[in-house]
Amino acid sequence: MTTAVIVFPGTNCEQDTEYALNMVGLDAELVWHRDTDLSGADSVVLPGGFAHGDYLRTGAIARFSPIMKEVERLAATDVPVLGICNGFQVLCEAGILGGALVANQDLKFICKPVTVRVASTDSVLTAAATVGQVLRIPLNSYEGNYITQDSPLQNGDDHVILRYCDTDGSLTAAANPNGSAHAIAGIANSRGNVAGLMPHPERAIESILGSADGRVLFESFAASVSAVKA
Amino acid sequence: MTVQETPAHIQLGMTDAEYTDVTDLLGREPRPAELAMYSVMWSEHCSYKSSRIHLGRFNSNQPWVVVGPGENAGVVDLGDGWLAALRIESHNHPSFVEPHQGAATGVGGILRDIFTMGARPIGVWDAIRFGPLEETRNRYLLEGVVSGIAGYGNAVGVPTLGGEVEFADRFSKNPLVNVMALGILRQDQLVLSAASGEGNLAILLGNATGKDGIGGASILASASFEEGDEEKRPSVQVGDPFEEKKLIEACLELYDKGLVVAIQDLGAAGISCATSETAGNGGMGMDVDIDAVHLREPGMTPGEILMSESQERMLAIVQPDNVDEVLSIASRWEIDASTIGNVTAGPALRVYSQGTLVAEVPAASLADDAPKYDRPSLRPGYLDEVWGQEPQIPEDLDAAHVLGRLLDDPAIGDRSWISSQYDHMLFLNTVVEPGHDGSLLRIKGTAKGMAVSTDGDSLRTYLDPRRGAARIVFESALNVAVTGARPYALVDNLNFGNPENPEVMWQLIEAIEGMAWACEEIDVPVVGGNVSLYNQTDGTDIYPAPVVGMLGFCDPMPDQPPRLDRAEDGMSIWVIGQEPNGDFAASAYDRIINASLGGRPLDVDGDMARRVIAATATLAYEMPVLHDISSGGLAVALAEIAFKSGVGFTLDELPHRDLFDETPLRVIAVGPGHSLDTLVPHRRIGTFTGDVLDFSTAGSISLDDARTIWSNALPNRMH
Repeated sequence: MTTAVIVFPGTNCEQDTEYALNMVGLDAELVWHRDTDLSGADSVVLPGGFAHGDYLRTGAIARFSPIMKEVERLAATDVPVLGICNGFQVLCEAGILGGALVANQDLKFICKPVTVRVASTDSVLTAAATVGQVLRIPLNSYEGNYITQDSPLQNGDDHVILRYCDTDGSLTAAANPNGSAHAIAGIANSRGNVAGLMPHPERAIESILGSADGRVLFESFAASVSAVKA
Repeated sequence: MTVQETPAHIQLGMTDAEYTDVTDLLGREPRPAELAMYSVMWSEHCSYKSSRIHLGRFNSNQPWVVVGPGENAGVVDLGDGWLAALRIESHNHPSFVEPHQGAATGVGGILRDIFTMGARPIGVWDAIRFGPLEETRNRYLLEGVVSGIAGYGNAVGVPTLGGEVEFADRFSKNPLVNVMALGILRQDQLVLSAASGEGNLAILLGNATGKDGIGGASILASASFEEGDEEKRPSVQVGDPFEEKKLIEACLELYDKGLVVAIQDLGAAGISCATSETAGNGGMGMDVDIDAVHLREPGMTPGEILMSESQERMLAIVQPDNVDEVLSIASRWEIDASTIGNVTAGPALRVYSQGTLVAEVPAASLADDAPKYDRPSLRPGYLDEVWGQEPQIPEDLDAAHVLGRLLDDPAIGDRSWISSQYDHMLFLNTVVEPGHDGSLLRIKGTAKGMAVSTDGDSLRTYLDPRRGAARIVFESALNVAVTGARPYALVDNLNFGNPENPEVMWQLIEAIEGMAWACEEIDVPVVGGNVSLYNQTDGTDIYPAPVVGMLGFCDPMPDQPPRLDRAEDGMSIWVIGQEPNGDFAASAYDRIINASLGGRPLDVDGDMARRVIAATATLAYEMPVLHDISSGGLAVALAEIAFKSGVGFTLDELPHRDLFDETPLRVIAVGPGHSLDTLVPHRRIGTFTGDVLDFSTAGSISLDDARTIWSNALPNRMH
């Protein structure tokens, strides 16, 4: 069994994601968006990039890619499903997670390390972290501004797992890089098996890259995969 | 009265003499499609006709050079089967006419040059020049160029890892947009452009051919600008990074499976260039069926199809047995492909439309028989005048005041307004990111590292083209050396004015001499280059702006490469290299404080350059911080370290002028202890500590105040 890393035309973080999954002991397999079978997968990651060029709207075309039926099927079970950046946008567009991601507040692409605070450990992405833990992880997006009608998104179907914060963990306006509602950087579904986040934890997987803080998130994911298997 | 119609060749940017050459070569009048092909292929942009005889001065002979100038990109050997491909290109004129698309397609074009060689592109660097940001239009151009680079580079999935920016009046109506790209590949993946094998097929991959960019190379890139040239907008191409991303992946898979004999990207002059170059390079010919080209719109003439510069297209030469597999890989990656020709024994390139021969020319003649001009050159009259205007620098300075003004300069202030719009982390190779002297990339699975820096200095080059250009080379060498890399290969982009002006030709020839000499002094081969002439608007030539892209290489890479954010309280500050020697010509001080440009830049000692560069690369394995002293001198360089590290400094008493002196070949080293083990001259000048930038008798400024000025320099002007 492997972690299926879904590749749409225009996806570009698939190899980085595979690299990070391998570092925490998971076998990754790149799966093309036209494939229709994920029966060999015990977990799924939708990596970052520009699926279908982000044309029309981020994720708007990708949600209709053939593989998405399988992703939806697995998301409804206990299988861990993770969307990173563009993958998060696709999960929201497909209705697997709630809310939507729109253009950054200042209408500019943002590529820089940000700090996020763990808001909940009830997810495949944060299970091994601790609430309040501050992680330094790069952000890399134009449509990273999370909006939702569910306010404050705590007790509904989905829940917040990561929020943008200062280096000391405070939630300030200045620490919210893109205008996201409630400083939301990542959410999970009610059962916690589906998680999405805008920052790129695979870019913070080794200290030589500036931070290894993303590792705890991948370790959470790996542990969740093992837990489901067991 | 009769209206005299302008002859077709003049409309296409060709001179009467060049037209006569074509008729002599063919032995007849050219057909319309043939004239179209020659007009583009013999344009300045494609043929380098004004510069070619001088480019031979560059030396590319070093044992590690695998492919030198002439192919789509230079290739060097990194050992253990690893190769690096590098190339630089300009997209100056298109970026003035339409900044977003002009810059975007510049990125797309340079990436194709890299993956044409079989390499995966892993980084892009941008050297950009604009007029002062006080003018609205220059802000619009900067905003558009940056958004174009970001929009294309981020989406195509190649990180933008650095670059440089300069602002000066003469770029107001002629901005410069130079893009360098780097790729890596395994030795057995190297692909060249020369077609071989009679009967092999030519398959056009990628975007449909449309009417965009027709005449881009001849009409836009090879002519000066005048009022009303917005009408040239249809000559600018339109980029589609999504199409390019699919094309990259498809081509890399074709190489991986050994399915192509040769491949050529379609850039300037589109199909006419790609078919003639691949056939001509291989000493072959080609028959092309123009009707087989997949088109975006109906009703295009054969000439338009041949000249179109529609983006994201490649021409692969494939053995007949492999055609089905190539088409199936293209289809899997969701790109279009059509078989448009076959390789013949040659030497003719024959183009058919509706069964009729529309062009028949010797394939190699389009490239090889292009005119070469030995244009007259003349030492410019302005030199004596500017050399007489020695910069006036007082002996007693208020360093806080001067530094504050320098930090507020948009070319010195924090450039993260630009770099944070670029994805500079993709592929998990970025060890030292933009905002440092040079960026450093690892090659995963090895101990090897590659550092890159792009550098230009148009004002200093204007004051002395030979010395200015030489200094760019040494500066770029130091910028990679501070990461631990030794300078390994260089590509150059020669941006100059109108070559028909003898003073511009003199600048060009002198700059080539300076760069070639400097490269030889430090054993760096020149593996490729680009020449952009006619950078002139309304009769004013730009400042001569040669730009270099330096690749540095280290094996092993330092475990902890120096970074600007690694200075700590209590660490000593040394300056290694030359003693400051009163070098203020084209300095930031003269430009910003005196609002003047004059004097003659100092000459550089080649032996000292070699020693300082080598010593710097060695120190990179032990020092936490190394930083080249350049624009703004010692004070600015130290301030940058303080901002990134979050700690102030206290300097010993120095002659005040030394703080802003721009004598080259000087590097700041920061580290623990009180002694430095290096073979080049060095001096301890102070300590990092506290939260004040303390210049002793020259005054002081708080770290936070100085950083605020530096951080806001660019954003304040752009909002």
